[in-house]
Amino acid sequence: MKRSNWEEYQKSIADDKYYYARSCIRQNFFPGSEKAFLDIMQRDLGKEVFDDPLHTSCTGIGYHSDIVPLETIMTVVARQFALMNEAGYENFISSCITSFGIYTELLSTWEEFPETEERTRENLYKATGREFVKPKNLAHTSDIMFHHRHAIAERMTRPLINVNTGEPLRVVEHIGCHYAKIFPKKGIGGSEFPYVLAGMIEAWGGEVVDYPERRHCCGFGFRNYLVQANRGYSVANSQKKLESMAPYKPDFIVCNCPGCAMFLDKWQYTVAEMEGITYGRGGRGIPVLTYEEMAGLVLGYDPWKLGMQMHQVDVEPLLDKMGVEYDPSAKYLGPNGKYIGKPEPAIVNHRSQRNLYSIKL
Amino acid sequence: MASNFGFSISKPRVIDIDRNNLRKSNEILREMPELQSCIGCGSCTASCTAGNLTSYNFRKVHTLVRRGEYVGAYEEMNKCMLCGKCRLVCPRGINTRKVAMLIKRKLGDF
Repeated sequence: MKRSNWEEYQKSIADDKYYYARSCIRQNFFPGSEKAFLDIMQRDLGKEVFDDPLHTSCTGIGYHSDIVPLETIMTVVARQFALMNEAGYENFISSCITSFGIYTELLSTWEEFPETEERTRENLYKATGREFVKPKNLAHTSDIMFHHRHAIAERMTRPLINVNTGEPLRVVEHIGCHYAKIFPKKGIGGSEFPYVLAGMIEAWGGEVVDYPERRHCCGFGFRNYLVQANRGYSVANSQKKLESMAPYKPDFIVCNCPGCAMFLDKWQYTVAEMEGITYGRGGRGIPVLTYEEMAGLVLGYDPWKLGMQMHQVDVEPLLDKMGVEYDPSAKYLGPNGKYIGKPEPAIVNHRSQRNLYSIKL
Repeated sequence: MASNFGFSISKPRVIDIDRNNLRKSNEILREMPELQSCIGCGSCTASCTAGNLTSYNFRKVHTLVRRGEYVGAYEEMNKCMLCGKCRLVCPRGINTRKVAMLIKRKLGDF
């Protein structure tokens, strides 16, 4: 890529005053991540982020599964923008990559086909009596975290460094497909060289792993997992990526998409249960983090407050490498100290006999 | 292990030359080095009498064999009538009839 082209793939990101749209699925998969984002922005960096209880799901999953029609999703998105206007904000940030893709896609559709925007305005007015102004700035929350990465680095208490060896942690970054593969110029670095997570990793002391299937999809692809019979295709995609990254011995994977973090984590469990293969060091799985969890760890947050006990692949080996002090007995205690239940032991966390290394080498 | 998830992991359909056993393929190429000059134009398949009536595809079979995918190659090659029209049209002058015979001879037990 030419240096001049690189400039086309940068985007302007607002500094402050954000209207926060949550993801509909992340709170189940990684319940501490969105709270961590709000805490980091509001408490650590002193930014104004408005977490609106009135907004709804963007209905993106329904849209991509052919359940929600285009006109409906346009009206739902228009309502979110109307709520933002009512709250007095101009910078819209979404926590989910699917939502980010949807907002980008619909804003472009309205730009290219103004009659659809007119119809949406009519539909919104008829349905809710609201009117809307398009956001001045649209960004994904990982863009915001990327934008403030140096400010976070100044407050960093635990860099991404292995305390035992003093070497940088090797990190695999995985970008959600809908972040920049639909509209490459709306993402930092485009679809081929997305820098959003790599920038954070480098700023916080880690080392980015470049491996052959780096840009391959995680396998989430809505139709691939919604129907049970198709899930084999979804796992196959994750497996392809994991097989490709395993020889580079990554310490953890970081994702900016709810689906990628979910599936790269849970499918490791599935592959281990089905075939007995694990991809991390010592016969275990590779921990998968969201970028908020990574930022939280770097800033010295308690891993259990970040919700890291909800991961399928245990994160303790990573915490030990980073020198994080944690209370093992508090792992399965909820925020109010109530026992939340413990999962059954799984092969992915207990030294599989068939590690990928021992098979191939 | 082997829990019932209601689905199994789909196997990739890519041809992995590093994992395939290329011994037979190398033997064929040693006997017929000119096969390496094939440009894959498909004239052989287009002019094939057997291919007009059945799904037999000469280019596909010999390409797969060269990449170490032998399963079913013998049965496919048996559909060839050895008329030799493919040899007349081959722009590289490859003795395609001999290729068909050679694959049958080498891969009879696959």
